[in-house]
This record gives sequence, structure tokens and C-alpha cells, in this order.
Amino acid sequence: MKNALRISCSRGNLKVVRDFVTDSLLNYDLSALQLNQIVLAVDEVVANLIIHANGEDESQHLDLAIDVEDQSFGIEIFDNAASFYKPSSYREPDLPEFIRQGKKGGVGMALVNRIMDRVEFTTQGTQNVCRLYKRLD
Amino acid sequence: MKITQHASADTLTLVLDGELDASSSVLLDTELTKPETLQFQKVLINCQKLNYISSAGLGVFISHLQQFQDAGVKLIFFNMQEKVRNVFEILGLDTLMTIVPSETEATAI
Repeated sequence: MKNALRISCSRGNLKVVRDFVTDSLLNYDLSALQLNQIVLAVDEVVANLIIHANGEDESQHLDLAIDVEDQSFGIEIFDNAASFYKPSSYREPDLPEFIRQGKKGGVGMALVNRIMDRVEFTTQGTQNVCRLYKRLD
Repeated sequence: MKITQHASADTLTLVLDGELDASSSVLLDTELTKPETLQFQKVLINCQKLNYISSAGLGVFISHLQQFQDAGVKLIFFNMQEKVRNVFEILGLDTLMTIVPSETEATAI
């Protein structure tokens, strides 16, 4: 089953995205924990793309396409930001150090990488694409 | 996200109602940044109605924790839903922050 959604680059649309992901998984027998993890991973990536890749420019949009089949969840997130956004080389967050520094950000991609089975950031023509995959069994 | 608060002589309790994401976390940051917050011995976070938290919400707590500790203020979470606690556990934050089952236990710390 496939579902598609277009949102403008506004933080206020994060709830719309979470509901979109939740609705796409309604018919699959997931625990509340599993469902929340997948919703969270998508939220994290979309938030990064809205805030960091597109500077919260509401004239810009993201296109999301979900494909759930054969017990596998996949989502593609397309954006048109001028520069290719890829999270800086992933390093495990040093949380005690983050706490010492009073650091507010930097743990989102750690969540995504721990939750999803595969995380890809690529370009496709003039668009940037993020793909997330997770087995549902 | 709605945040309500009530205070006793030495304890401030914040009740979180809703979802804490990159949009609503600003509200929480505003509350925790208020100078009077550091006057309390304990800041309790009632999570019974907190249905969701993302890294933005976690980041607000992470960013204030050291300042609280330096001021001798204990930050304690209670009544956390399992799916929310799971997010803390994924990062190992449950070992760095104080999370207890009930308000009774939070008050007793």
C-alpha cells in the first residue's frame, strides 16, 4: 500500500506528518512502542529537513511517499533545497558531555539510526531524497 | 502542547499535556528558562498526559540539566508512558535522568 503527502516547510506540519505515518500503519499489528518509534524516526528526519535543509521556508515543500508491503515499511522524503542536505558524519552522541555543555540538539539522528534498519540520503535529479526502511516483523 | 504548573514551597511541578516536538518544545524551554525555576529544590515533570517526545523535547531537558544540578535543583520525571520512556531508553537517557513511576516517589526523593 502506498500513501503520499506534501507539506510546506513549517514546524507546525510535523504533527501532520506523524498522523500520516500513523495512519499508514493502522492495519498492521504493531505495538504502541513499535509504531511510536517509526513515527519518531520520520519526525526527526522531516524536522531536520524543514529546519536545517530548508531554513523553515514555508514557500518550500517536502513530498513524502510511504510504501508498506511484505512486512516492510519504507518512506521516501523528497525536498528541493538548493544544497544537498546530509547529516554531518554520524558520531555517537556523548550524552554526559552534551549535558555538561547544555547542548540542545544533536540526538535526533542517533534516534533515527537506532530505530530504522536502513537510512539513506541521496540526490535524484534536482531533488534530495531521504529513504528510511524498517522491517515490521 | 499545554503546560500547567503548580508550586509548593520547595517543589515546582510542570504538567505536560500533549506532544513535545520541534514545534512545541519552545514552550517547555521558556518555562525551564524562567529564573524563578532555580529557586526550587525540585522540579517535577508530570508526564501522565505526555503522549510523545522527540529529540527537540529531549534536547530541552538535556540543555537545562547541568544548570539545575549546579543550582542544587533536582529534575524528576514521573508517570511516564511506556512509549515515551522507550525514547529515553533508546538513547540511554533513562540512566542520566531521574524517572520514577509515581508522584509519591518523585516527592520522596
